[in-house]
Amino acid sequence: MTAVATDKQMTPDEVVGRLRSGMTVGIGGWGSRRKPMALVRALLRSDVTDLHVVSYGGPEVGMLAAAGRIRHLTFAFVSPDVPNPLTGGSVPGLDPHFRAARQAGAFTATEVDEGMLLLGLQAAAWRVPFLPTRVGLGSDLFRLDPDLRTVRSPYPGPGGGEGEELVAQPAIPLDAALVHLNVGDARGNAAFTGADLYFDDLLLEAATEGYVSVERIVPTAELVAEAGDVTRLKVSRLFVTGVVEAPGGAAPTACDPEYERDEEWQGRWFATAKDAEARDALLEDWARG
Amino acid sequence: MADTDVRRADVCVVAVADCFAGDGESLVNPIGVIPMIGGRLARAQHEPDLMMTDGEATLIADDAASVPAEQRTIETYNPYRRMFDVVWSGRRHVMMGATQVDRYGNQNIAALGPDPHRPKVQLLGVRGAPGNTINDTTSYWVARHSPKVFVEAVDVVCGIGWDRAAALGEEAARFFEVRRVVSDLGVFDFETDDHRMRVRSLHPGVTVDEVRAATGFELVVPDDVPTSRLPEPDELELVGEVIDPDGTRYREVPDPA
Repeated sequence: MTAVATDKQMTPDEVVGRLRSGMTVGIGGWGSRRKPMALVRALLRSDVTDLHVVSYGGPEVGMLAAAGRIRHLTFAFVSPDVPNPLTGGSVPGLDPHFRAARQAGAFTATEVDEGMLLLGLQAAAWRVPFLPTRVGLGSDLFRLDPDLRTVRSPYPGPGGGEGEELVAQPAIPLDAALVHLNVGDARGNAAFTGADLYFDDLLLEAATEGYVSVERIVPTAELVAEAGDVTRLKVSRLFVTGVVEAPGGAAPTACDPEYERDEEWQGRWFATAKDAEARDALLEDWARG
Repeated sequence: MADTDVRRADVCVVAVADCFAGDGESLVNPIGVIPMIGGRLARAQHEPDLMMTDGEATLIADDAASVPAEQRTIETYNPYRRMFDVVWSGRRHVMMGATQVDRYGNQNIAALGPDPHRPKVQLLGVRGAPGNTINDTTSYWVARHSPKVFVEAVDVVCGIGWDRAAALGEEAARFFEVRRVVSDLGVFDFETDDHRMRVRSLHPGVTVDEVRAATGFELVVPDDVPTSRLPEPDELELVGEVIDPDGTRYREVPDPA
Protein backbone atom coordinates (compact mmCIF):
# COMPACT_ATOMS: atom_id res chain seq x y z
CA MET A 1 0.00 0.00 0.00
CA THR A 2 1.28 3.43 -0.87
CA ALA A 3 0.77 6.29 1.55
CA VAL A 4 -0.91 9.36 0.11
CA ALA A 5 0.53 12.73 1.02
CA THR A 6 -1.79 15.41 2.38
CA ASP A 7 -3.22 17.77 -0.18
CA LYS A 8 -3.75 21.10 1.56
CA GLN A 9 -5.54 22.94 -1.21
CA MET A 10 -8.48 25.06 -0.07
CA THR A 11 -10.63 27.90 -1.31
CA PRO A 12 -10.37 31.32 0.33
CA ASP A 13 -13.76 30.74 1.95
CA GLU A 14 -12.56 27.43 3.38
CA VAL A 15 -9.55 29.20 4.91
CA VAL A 16 -11.73 31.84 6.51
CA GLY A 17 -14.12 29.09 7.64
CA ARG A 18 -11.30 27.89 9.87
CA LEU A 19 -10.80 31.28 11.48
CA ARG A 20 -12.73 32.38 14.56
CA SER A 21 -13.72 35.76 15.87
CA GLY A 22 -11.30 37.05 18.50
CA MET A 23 -8.24 35.42 16.93
CA THR A 24 -4.83 37.03 16.55
CA VAL A 25 -4.15 37.07 12.82
CA GLY A 26 -0.87 38.04 11.18
CA ILE A 27 -1.04 39.43 7.66
CA GLY A 28 1.98 39.13 5.38
CA GLY A 29 3.44 41.47 2.76
CA TRP A 30 4.53 45.03 3.43
CA GLY A 31 2.64 48.29 2.89
CA SER A 32 0.93 47.89 -0.49
CA ARG A 33 3.12 45.00 -1.51
CA ARG A 34 2.04 41.37 -1.90
CA LYS A 35 -0.78 41.44 0.62
CA PRO A 36 -2.97 38.30 0.77
CA MET A 37 -5.97 40.21 -0.54
CA ALA A 38 -7.93 37.20 -1.84
CA LEU A 39 -7.96 35.94 1.75
CA VAL A 40 -8.79 39.39 3.16
CA ARG A 41 -11.63 39.54 0.68
CA ALA A 42 -13.00 36.22 1.96
CA LEU A 43 -12.61 37.50 5.51
CA LEU A 44 -14.77 40.51 4.63
CA ARG A 45 -17.42 38.17 3.18
CA SER A 46 -17.47 36.18 6.43
CA ASP A 47 -18.74 37.23 9.85
CA VAL A 48 -15.34 36.72 11.50
CA THR A 49 -14.64 39.81 13.59
CA ASP A 50 -13.10 41.14 16.83
CA LEU A 51 -9.65 40.38 15.43
CA HIS A 52 -6.23 41.26 16.77
CA VAL A 53 -4.41 42.09 13.53
CA VAL A 54 -0.60 42.05 13.34
CA SER A 55 0.81 43.63 10.19
CA TYR A 56 3.37 45.74 8.39
CA GLY A 57 0.23 47.57 7.45
CA GLY A 58 -1.08 48.43 4.02
CA PRO A 59 -4.57 49.00 2.64
CA GLU A 60 -5.85 45.75 4.18
CA VAL A 61 -5.69 47.37 7.61
CA GLY A 62 -7.82 50.30 6.43
CA MET A 63 -10.28 47.86 4.85
CA LEU A 64 -10.63 45.66 7.92
CA ALA A 65 -10.89 48.76 10.11
CA ALA A 66 -13.55 50.30 7.86
CA ALA A 67 -15.49 47.04 8.05
CA GLY A 68 -15.27 47.11 11.86
CA ARG A 69 -13.37 43.82 12.12
CA ILE A 70 -10.41 44.99 14.21
CA ARG A 71 -10.41 44.93 18.01
CA HIS A 72 -6.68 45.47 18.42
CA LEU A 73 -3.86 46.28 16.03
CA THR A 74 -0.16 45.60 16.47
CA PHE A 75 1.68 47.80 14.01
CA ALA A 76 4.83 49.78 13.28
CA PHE A 77 3.19 51.69 10.44
CA VAL A 78 0.14 51.61 8.25
CA SER A 79 1.20 53.25 5.03
CA PRO A 80 0.15 52.01 1.67
CA ASP A 81 2.61 53.07 -1.01
CA VAL A 82 1.29 55.83 -3.20
CA PRO A 83 2.84 57.43 -6.28
CA ASN A 84 5.52 59.99 -5.57
CA PRO A 85 4.36 63.13 -7.35
CA LEU A 86 7.97 64.30 -7.66
CA THR A 87 9.81 61.27 -8.94
CA GLY A 88 7.13 58.93 -10.23
CA GLY A 89 8.34 56.32 -7.73
CA SER A 90 6.57 55.41 -4.52
CA VAL A 91 6.27 57.10 -1.16
CA PRO A 92 4.51 55.85 1.94
CA GLY A 93 1.04 57.33 2.03
CA LEU A 94 -1.32 57.84 4.92
CA ASP A 95 -4.23 55.42 4.83
CA PRO A 96 -7.30 57.62 5.39
CA HIS A 97 -9.48 54.72 6.56
CA PHE A 98 -6.95 53.56 9.12
CA ARG A 99 -6.53 57.15 10.20
CA ALA A 100 -10.27 57.76 10.61
CA ALA A 101 -10.80 54.53 12.57
CA ARG A 102 -7.87 55.24 14.85
CA GLN A 103 -8.95 58.80 15.51
CA ALA A 104 -12.45 57.55 16.31
CA GLY A 105 -10.98 55.09 18.82
CA ALA A 106 -12.42 52.16 16.84
CA PHE A 107 -9.74 49.76 18.13
CA THR A 108 -6.87 49.61 20.60
CA ALA A 109 -3.29 49.27 19.44
CA THR A 110 0.19 48.13 20.32
CA GLU A 111 2.70 50.32 18.52
CA VAL A 112 6.14 48.89 17.87
CA ASP A 113 9.24 49.76 15.87
CA GLU A 114 9.45 47.85 12.56
CA GLY A 115 12.35 45.82 13.90
CA MET A 116 10.53 45.02 17.16
CA LEU A 117 7.73 43.46 15.15
CA LEU A 118 10.30 41.22 13.48
CA LEU A 119 11.71 40.25 16.90
CA GLY A 120 8.25 39.61 18.37
CA LEU A 121 7.45 37.22 15.53
CA GLN A 122 10.88 35.59 15.77
CA ALA A 123 10.44 35.04 19.52
CA ALA A 124 7.06 33.41 18.91
CA ALA A 125 8.54 31.25 16.15
CA TRP A 126 11.35 30.12 18.49
CA ARG A 127 8.94 29.67 21.40
CA VAL A 128 10.80 32.03 23.71
CA PRO A 129 8.97 34.72 25.75
CA PHE A 130 11.02 37.67 24.48
CA LEU A 131 14.11 38.76 22.58
CA PRO A 132 16.41 41.52 23.81
CA THR A 133 17.07 44.59 21.72
CA ARG A 134 18.33 48.12 21.96
CA VAL A 135 15.41 49.22 19.80
CA GLY A 136 12.87 51.27 21.73
CA LEU A 137 15.21 52.53 24.47
CA GLY A 138 14.48 56.16 25.31
CA SER A 139 11.45 56.33 23.03
CA ASP A 140 7.76 56.79 23.84
CA LEU A 141 7.05 53.13 23.05
CA PHE A 142 7.03 52.57 26.80
CA ARG A 143 4.35 55.23 27.19
CA LEU A 144 2.37 53.79 24.29
CA ASP A 145 2.59 50.27 25.71
CA PRO A 146 2.66 50.20 29.53
CA ASP A 147 3.20 46.42 29.38
CA LEU A 148 6.57 46.77 27.64
CA ARG A 149 9.47 45.74 29.91
CA THR A 150 13.23 45.85 29.90
CA VAL A 151 15.66 43.06 30.74
CA ARG A 152 19.16 43.31 32.21
CA SER A 153 21.97 41.31 30.66
CA PRO A 154 23.52 38.79 33.07
CA TYR A 155 26.89 39.55 31.47
CA PRO A 156 29.06 42.57 32.26
CA GLY A 157 28.43 45.75 30.28
CA PRO A 158 30.87 47.00 27.64
CA GLY A 159 32.68 49.05 30.30
CA GLY A 160 33.02 45.98 32.51
CA GLY A 161 30.30 47.13 34.90
CA GLU A 162 26.70 46.12 35.33
CA GLY A 163 25.03 44.32 32.42
CA GLU A 164 23.20 46.38 29.83
CA GLU A 165 19.52 47.07 30.20
CA LEU A 166 17.69 46.29 26.97
CA VAL A 167 14.13 46.20 25.72
CA ALA A 168 12.54 42.77 26.18
CA GLN A 169 10.41 42.57 23.06
CA PRO A 170 7.66 40.08 23.94
CA ALA A 171 6.80 37.24 21.59
CA ILE A 172 3.87 37.95 19.28
CA PRO A 173 2.30 34.52 18.82
CA LEU A 174 -0.35 34.31 16.12
CA ASP A 175 -3.39 32.07 15.95
CA ALA A 176 -3.25 32.31 12.18
CA ALA A 177 -1.09 33.84 9.49
CA LEU A 178 -2.31 34.84 6.03
CA VAL A 179 0.30 35.38 3.30
CA HIS A 180 0.45 35.50 -0.49
CA LEU A 181 3.36 34.17 -2.55
CA ASN A 182 4.06 33.63 -6.23
CA VAL A 183 4.21 29.89 -6.58
CA GLY A 184 3.58 26.83 -4.44
CA ASP A 185 2.65 23.16 -4.46
CA ALA A 186 -0.46 21.45 -3.12
CA ARG A 187 1.33 20.51 0.10
CA GLY A 188 2.25 24.04 1.18
CA ASN A 189 5.80 24.51 -0.04
CA ALA A 190 6.02 27.93 -1.63
CA ALA A 191 8.40 30.48 -3.13
CA PHE A 192 8.63 34.21 -3.77
CA THR A 193 9.86 35.20 -7.22
CA GLY A 194 9.92 38.98 -6.71
CA ALA A 195 12.60 41.06 -5.04
CA ASP A 196 11.61 40.66 -1.39
CA LEU A 197 10.12 37.90 0.75
CA TYR A 198 9.17 40.49 3.38
CA PHE A 199 8.39 38.56 6.61
CA ASP A 200 5.99 35.98 5.25
CA ASP A 201 7.97 32.92 6.38
CA LEU A 202 8.34 34.34 9.86
CA LEU A 203 4.60 35.06 10.18
CA LEU A 204 3.86 31.45 9.25
CA GLU A 205 6.40 30.17 11.75
CA ALA A 206 4.93 32.38 14.51
CA ALA A 207 1.42 31.08 13.85
CA THR A 208 -0.50 28.03 15.02
CA GLU A 209 -2.09 27.79 11.59
CA GLY A 210 -0.55 29.18 8.42
CA TYR A 211 -2.46 29.89 5.21
CA VAL A 212 -0.72 30.65 1.93
CA SER A 213 -2.35 31.83 -1.22
CA VAL A 214 -0.25 31.63 -4.38
CA GLU A 215 -0.50 32.92 -7.90
CA ARG A 216 -0.19 29.34 -9.17
CA ILE A 217 0.09 25.82 -7.83
CA VAL A 218 2.55 23.52 -9.59
CA PRO A 219 3.69 19.93 -9.01
CA THR A 220 6.40 19.70 -6.34
CA ALA A 221 8.86 18.44 -8.96
CA GLU A 222 8.50 21.74 -10.83
CA LEU A 223 8.83 24.06 -7.82
CA VAL A 224 12.53 24.84 -8.11
CA ALA A 225 12.29 25.56 -11.82
CA GLU A 226 9.18 27.69 -11.32
CA ALA A 227 10.78 29.58 -8.45
CA GLY A 228 13.94 30.25 -10.46
CA ASP A 229 16.35 28.70 -7.98
CA VAL A 230 16.37 26.85 -4.70
CA THR A 231 17.12 29.92 -2.55
CA ARG A 232 13.63 31.20 -3.28
CA LEU A 233 11.89 28.23 -1.65
CA LYS A 234 11.49 30.09 1.62
CA VAL A 235 8.18 28.63 2.79
CA SER A 236 8.17 25.02 3.92
CA ARG A 237 5.02 22.92 4.29
CA LEU A 238 6.00 22.31 7.93
CA PHE A 239 4.46 25.69 8.67
CA VAL A 240 1.52 25.64 6.28
CA THR A 241 -2.01 24.46 7.07
CA GLY A 242 -3.74 25.40 3.86
CA VAL A 243 -2.86 26.45 0.30
CA VAL A 244 -5.06 28.50 -1.98
CA GLU A 245 -4.54 28.95 -5.69
CA ALA A 246 -5.46 32.59 -6.21
CA PRO A 247 -4.22 34.19 -9.44
CA GLY A 248 -4.23 37.95 -8.92
CA GLY A 249 -4.66 37.19 -5.20
CA ALA A 250 -2.63 40.19 -4.02
CA ALA A 251 -4.50 42.80 -6.06
CA PRO A 252 -4.97 45.70 -5.65
CA THR A 253 -1.54 45.55 -3.95
CA ALA A 254 1.60 44.78 -5.97
CA CYS A 255 2.79 41.25 -6.65
CA ASP A 256 6.30 41.61 -8.01
CA PRO A 257 7.12 40.43 -10.73
CA GLU A 258 3.60 39.41 -11.83
CA TYR A 259 1.72 42.70 -11.54
CA GLU A 260 1.95 46.20 -10.14
CA ARG A 261 -0.15 47.95 -7.55
CA ASP A 262 -3.62 48.84 -8.90
CA GLU A 263 -3.17 52.55 -8.48
CA GLU A 264 -6.55 53.36 -9.91
CA TRP A 265 -8.44 51.09 -7.51
CA GLN A 266 -6.39 52.14 -4.51
CA GLY A 267 -6.99 55.78 -5.39
CA ARG A 268 -10.73 55.20 -5.67
CA TRP A 269 -10.75 53.40 -2.32
CA PHE A 270 -8.83 56.16 -0.57
CA ALA A 271 -11.12 58.78 -2.14
CA THR A 272 -14.08 57.37 -0.20
CA ALA A 273 -12.51 58.48 3.09
CA LYS A 274 -15.10 61.13 3.78
CA ASP A 275 -18.13 59.29 2.46
CA ALA A 276 -19.08 56.29 4.60
CA GLU A 277 -21.79 55.18 2.20
CA ALA A 278 -19.49 55.18 -0.82
CA ARG A 279 -16.81 53.49 1.25
CA ASP A 280 -19.08 50.65 2.35
CA ALA A 281 -20.45 50.20 -1.16
CA LEU A 282 -17.00 50.01 -2.73
CA LEU A 283 -15.75 47.63 -0.05
CA GLU A 284 -18.75 45.37 -0.35
CA ASP A 285 -18.48 45.36 -4.11
CA TRP A 286 -14.79 44.50 -3.88
CA ALA A 287 -15.31 41.76 -1.29
CA ARG A 288 -17.94 40.11 -3.48
CA GLY A 289 -15.34 39.99 -6.26
CA MET B 1 27.99 83.67 -8.34
CA ALA B 2 25.72 86.34 -6.88
CA ASP B 3 23.35 85.26 -4.14
CA THR B 4 20.37 86.18 -6.26
CA ASP B 5 21.29 83.52 -8.79
CA VAL B 6 21.34 80.77 -6.20
CA ARG B 7 18.35 78.55 -6.06
CA ARG B 8 17.26 77.54 -2.58
CA ALA B 9 16.80 73.86 -3.45
CA ASP B 10 20.43 73.62 -4.64
CA VAL B 11 21.67 75.08 -1.36
CA CYS B 12 19.57 72.46 0.44
CA VAL B 13 21.04 69.70 -1.72
CA VAL B 14 24.65 70.56 -0.86
CA ALA B 15 23.73 71.08 2.81
CA VAL B 16 22.32 67.55 2.84
CA ALA B 17 25.39 66.20 1.04
CA ASP B 18 27.65 67.77 3.67
CA CYS B 19 25.79 65.90 6.44
CA PHE B 20 27.35 62.67 5.16
CA ALA B 21 30.94 63.91 5.27
CA GLY B 22 33.14 61.36 6.99
CA ASP B 23 30.60 58.54 6.83
CA GLY B 24 32.93 56.42 4.68
CA GLU B 25 31.72 52.93 3.88
CA SER B 26 28.24 53.02 5.38
CA LEU B 27 24.70 52.74 4.16
CA VAL B 28 23.27 56.21 3.89
CA ASN B 29 19.53 56.19 3.80
CA PRO B 30 18.31 59.64 2.82
CA ILE B 31 14.49 59.57 2.73
CA GLY B 32 12.80 62.20 0.57
CA VAL B 33 13.58 63.90 -2.72
CA ILE B 34 16.24 66.41 -1.69
CA PRO B 35 17.87 64.00 0.78
CA MET B 36 18.12 61.39 -1.98
CA ILE B 37 19.70 63.92 -4.35
CA GLY B 38 22.03 65.19 -1.61
CA GLY B 39 23.08 61.66 -0.70
CA ARG B 40 23.97 60.90 -4.29
CA LEU B 41 25.88 64.13 -4.58
CA ALA B 42 27.88 63.23 -1.46
CA ARG B 43 28.78 59.85 -2.93
CA ALA B 44 29.76 61.35 -6.29
CA GLN B 45 31.77 64.19 -4.77
CA HIS B 46 33.43 63.33 -1.49
CA GLU B 47 32.25 59.99 -0.06
CA PRO B 48 32.67 57.42 -2.86
CA ASP B 49 32.25 54.43 -0.55
CA LEU B 50 28.74 55.25 0.65
CA MET B 51 26.07 52.67 -0.14
CA MET B 52 22.54 53.62 -1.09
CA THR B 53 19.23 51.83 -1.45
CA ASP B 54 16.79 51.91 -4.36
CA GLY B 55 14.02 52.15 -1.76
CA GLU B 56 13.23 48.49 -2.22
CA ALA B 57 15.35 45.37 -2.02
CA THR B 58 18.72 46.33 -3.49
CA LEU B 59 21.57 48.76 -2.96
CA ILE B 60 22.46 50.52 -6.18
CA ALA B 61 25.60 52.22 -7.39
CA ASP B 62 24.03 54.68 -9.83
CA ASP B 63 24.56 58.42 -9.52
CA ALA B 64 21.12 59.43 -10.77
CA ALA B 65 18.41 59.80 -8.13
CA SER B 66 15.70 58.13 -10.17
CA VAL B 67 16.88 55.18 -12.23
CA PRO B 68 14.44 52.85 -14.00
CA ALA B 69 14.55 49.36 -12.46
CA GLU B 70 15.98 47.69 -15.55
CA GLN B 71 18.89 50.16 -15.75
CA ARG B 72 20.06 49.99 -12.15
CA THR B 73 23.56 48.89 -11.23
CA ILE B 74 22.92 46.60 -8.28
CA GLU B 75 25.76 46.14 -5.78
CA THR B 76 24.03 43.94 -3.23
CA TYR B 77 20.79 42.45 -2.07
CA ASN B 78 19.16 44.32 0.79
CA PRO B 79 15.54 43.23 1.40
CA TYR B 80 13.63 44.71 4.33
CA ARG B 81 14.74 42.05 6.75
CA ARG B 82 18.38 42.61 5.84
CA MET B 83 17.95 46.32 6.53
CA PHE B 84 17.47 45.59 10.23
CA ASP B 85 20.81 43.75 10.24
CA VAL B 86 22.40 46.89 8.84
CA VAL B 87 20.54 49.23 11.22
CA TRP B 88 21.47 47.18 14.25
CA SER B 89 25.08 46.91 13.06
CA GLY B 90 25.28 50.70 13.18
CA ARG B 91 26.86 51.01 9.73
CA ARG B 92 24.24 53.45 8.58
CA HIS B 93 23.30 57.12 8.56
CA VAL B 94 19.60 57.71 8.03
CA MET B 95 18.02 61.03 7.13
CA MET B 96 14.36 60.86 8.05
CA GLY B 97 11.53 63.33 7.73
CA ALA B 98 9.80 64.72 10.80
CA THR B 99 6.25 65.87 11.41
CA GLN B 100 7.52 67.39 14.66
CA VAL B 101 11.01 67.92 16.04
CA ASP B 102 12.03 69.60 19.29
CA ARG B 103 15.13 71.46 20.50
CA TYR B 104 16.92 68.23 21.47
CA GLY B 105 16.11 66.49 18.20
CA ASN B 106 13.27 64.32 19.45
CA GLN B 107 11.17 63.47 16.41
CA ASN B 108 7.56 62.47 15.83
CA ILE B 109 6.02 60.77 12.78
CA ALA B 110 3.40 58.68 14.60
CA ALA B 111 0.49 60.80 15.81
CA LEU B 112 -0.55 64.26 16.97
CA GLY B 113 -2.45 65.13 20.12
CA PRO B 114 -1.98 64.68 23.87
CA ASP B 115 -3.43 61.15 24.07
CA PRO B 116 -1.43 58.67 21.97
CA HIS B 117 -4.15 56.05 22.50
CA ARG B 118 -6.74 58.32 20.92
CA PRO B 119 -4.73 60.47 18.51
CA LYS B 120 -6.11 63.75 17.31
CA VAL B 121 -4.32 63.09 14.01
CA GLN B 122 -3.06 59.63 13.19
CA LEU B 123 0.15 59.68 11.14
CA LEU B 124 2.29 56.82 9.80
CA GLY B 125 3.26 55.12 13.05
CA VAL B 126 6.72 55.04 14.66
CA ARG B 127 8.11 53.09 11.67
CA GLY B 128 11.82 52.44 12.28
CA ALA B 129 12.56 55.68 14.13
CA PRO B 130 13.21 54.21 17.62
CA GLY B 131 15.60 51.61 16.21
CA ASN B 132 17.31 54.06 13.89
CA THR B 133 18.10 56.65 16.53
CA ILE B 134 19.37 54.26 19.20
CA ASN B 135 21.61 52.41 16.72
CA ASP B 136 22.63 54.76 13.93
CA THR B 137 23.65 58.25 13.06
CA THR B 138 20.45 60.11 12.26
CA SER B 139 19.70 63.44 10.59
CA TYR B 140 16.44 65.07 9.62
CA TRP B 141 15.11 66.86 6.58
CA VAL B 142 12.26 69.36 6.85
CA ALA B 143 11.11 70.83 3.54
CA ARG B 144 8.95 73.54 5.09
CA HIS B 145 10.37 75.03 8.26
CA SER B 146 7.49 76.15 10.50
CA PRO B 147 6.52 76.43 14.17
CA LYS B 148 4.18 73.47 13.60
CA VAL B 149 7.19 71.28 12.85
CA PHE B 150 9.75 72.82 15.22
CA VAL B 151 7.81 72.52 18.48
CA GLU B 152 8.47 72.95 22.19
CA ALA B 153 7.65 69.28 22.82
CA VAL B 154 6.79 66.55 20.33
CA ASP B 155 3.57 64.63 20.97
CA VAL B 156 5.13 61.17 20.56
CA VAL B 157 8.88 60.54 20.79
CA CYS B 158 9.56 58.18 17.88
CA GLY B 159 13.16 59.17 17.13
CA ILE B 160 14.92 59.94 20.40
CA GLY B 161 16.73 63.23 20.98
CA TRP B 162 19.84 64.25 22.91
CA ASP B 163 18.03 64.70 26.27
CA ARG B 164 16.49 61.23 26.05
CA ALA B 165 19.86 59.77 25.10
CA ALA B 166 21.54 61.54 28.04
CA ALA B 167 18.91 60.13 30.41
CA LEU B 168 19.72 56.61 29.20
CA GLY B 169 23.36 57.04 30.20
CA GLU B 170 26.56 56.92 28.27
CA GLU B 171 26.69 53.18 27.82
CA ALA B 172 23.11 52.63 26.66
CA ALA B 173 23.30 55.58 24.30
CA ARG B 174 26.79 54.90 23.00
CA PHE B 175 25.63 54.49 19.39
CA PHE B 176 23.31 57.51 19.44
CA GLU B 177 24.04 60.53 17.28
CA VAL B 178 21.48 62.95 15.95
CA ARG B 179 23.78 64.95 13.73
CA ARG B 180 21.96 67.60 11.71
CA VAL B 181 18.63 69.01 10.76
CA VAL B 182 18.45 70.54 7.30
CA SER B 183 15.43 72.64 6.38
CA ASP B 184 14.49 75.02 3.60
CA LEU B 185 15.75 77.85 5.84
CA GLY B 186 19.03 76.54 7.18
CA VAL B 187 21.23 73.91 8.72
CA PHE B 188 21.03 73.09 12.42
CA ASP B 189 23.16 70.96 14.73
CA PHE B 190 23.34 70.03 18.40
CA GLU B 191 26.97 70.93 19.02
CA THR B 192 26.23 72.94 22.16
CA ASP B 193 27.10 72.12 25.78
CA ASP B 194 23.64 70.76 26.53
CA HIS B 195 22.91 69.61 22.97
CA ARG B 196 20.23 72.16 22.28
CA MET B 197 19.57 72.82 18.60
CA ARG B 198 21.85 75.47 17.19
CA VAL B 199 21.80 77.42 13.98
CA ARG B 200 24.79 76.12 12.06
CA SER B 201 24.10 78.22 8.99
CA LEU B 202 21.22 80.00 7.32
CA HIS B 203 20.60 79.74 3.59
CA PRO B 204 21.39 82.86 1.55
CA GLY B 205 18.64 85.43 2.05
CA VAL B 206 17.28 83.92 5.28
CA THR B 207 17.43 86.16 8.35
CA VAL B 208 17.74 85.21 12.00
CA ASP B 209 14.36 86.84 12.66
CA GLU B 210 12.76 84.76 9.93
CA VAL B 211 14.06 81.48 11.31
CA ARG B 212 13.15 82.47 14.88
CA ALA B 213 9.61 83.26 13.79
CA ALA B 214 9.39 79.89 12.07
CA THR B 215 10.64 77.93 15.10
CA GLY B 216 8.44 77.11 18.10
CA PHE B 217 11.31 76.99 20.59
CA GLU B 218 14.34 79.09 21.37
CA LEU B 219 17.19 78.23 19.02
CA VAL B 220 20.80 78.67 20.00
CA VAL B 221 21.97 81.45 17.68
CA PRO B 222 25.71 82.17 17.50
CA ASP B 223 26.87 85.80 17.44
CA ASP B 224 27.95 85.46 13.86
CA VAL B 225 25.56 83.29 11.91
CA PRO B 226 27.30 81.71 8.93
CA THR B 227 25.60 81.60 5.56
CA SER B 228 25.10 78.13 4.14
CA ARG B 229 27.70 77.43 1.50
CA LEU B 230 26.82 77.80 -2.13
CA PRO B 231 26.99 74.85 -4.50
CA GLU B 232 30.24 74.67 -6.46
CA PRO B 233 29.89 74.86 -10.24
CA ASP B 234 30.82 71.18 -10.62
CA GLU B 235 28.21 70.24 -8.03
CA LEU B 236 25.53 72.20 -9.86
CA GLU B 237 26.54 70.52 -13.09
CA LEU B 238 26.42 67.04 -11.56
CA VAL B 239 23.05 67.62 -9.91
CA GLY B 240 21.54 69.33 -12.94
CA GLU B 241 22.82 66.94 -15.57
CA VAL B 242 23.12 63.57 -13.89
CA ILE B 243 21.50 63.28 -10.46
CA ASP B 244 18.29 65.25 -10.93
CA PRO B 245 18.00 66.37 -14.55
CA ASP B 246 14.21 66.73 -14.21
CA GLY B 247 14.60 69.35 -11.49
CA THR B 248 12.35 67.55 -9.00
CA ARG B 249 14.25 69.35 -6.23
CA TYR B 250 12.73 72.67 -7.28
CA ARG B 251 9.25 71.28 -6.71
CA GLU B 252 10.12 70.13 -3.21
CA VAL B 253 11.72 73.46 -2.32
CA PRO B 254 10.58 76.31 -4.55
CA ASP B 255 12.55 79.54 -4.52
CA PRO B 256 11.39 82.06 -1.91
CA ALA B 257 8.90 84.60 -3.25
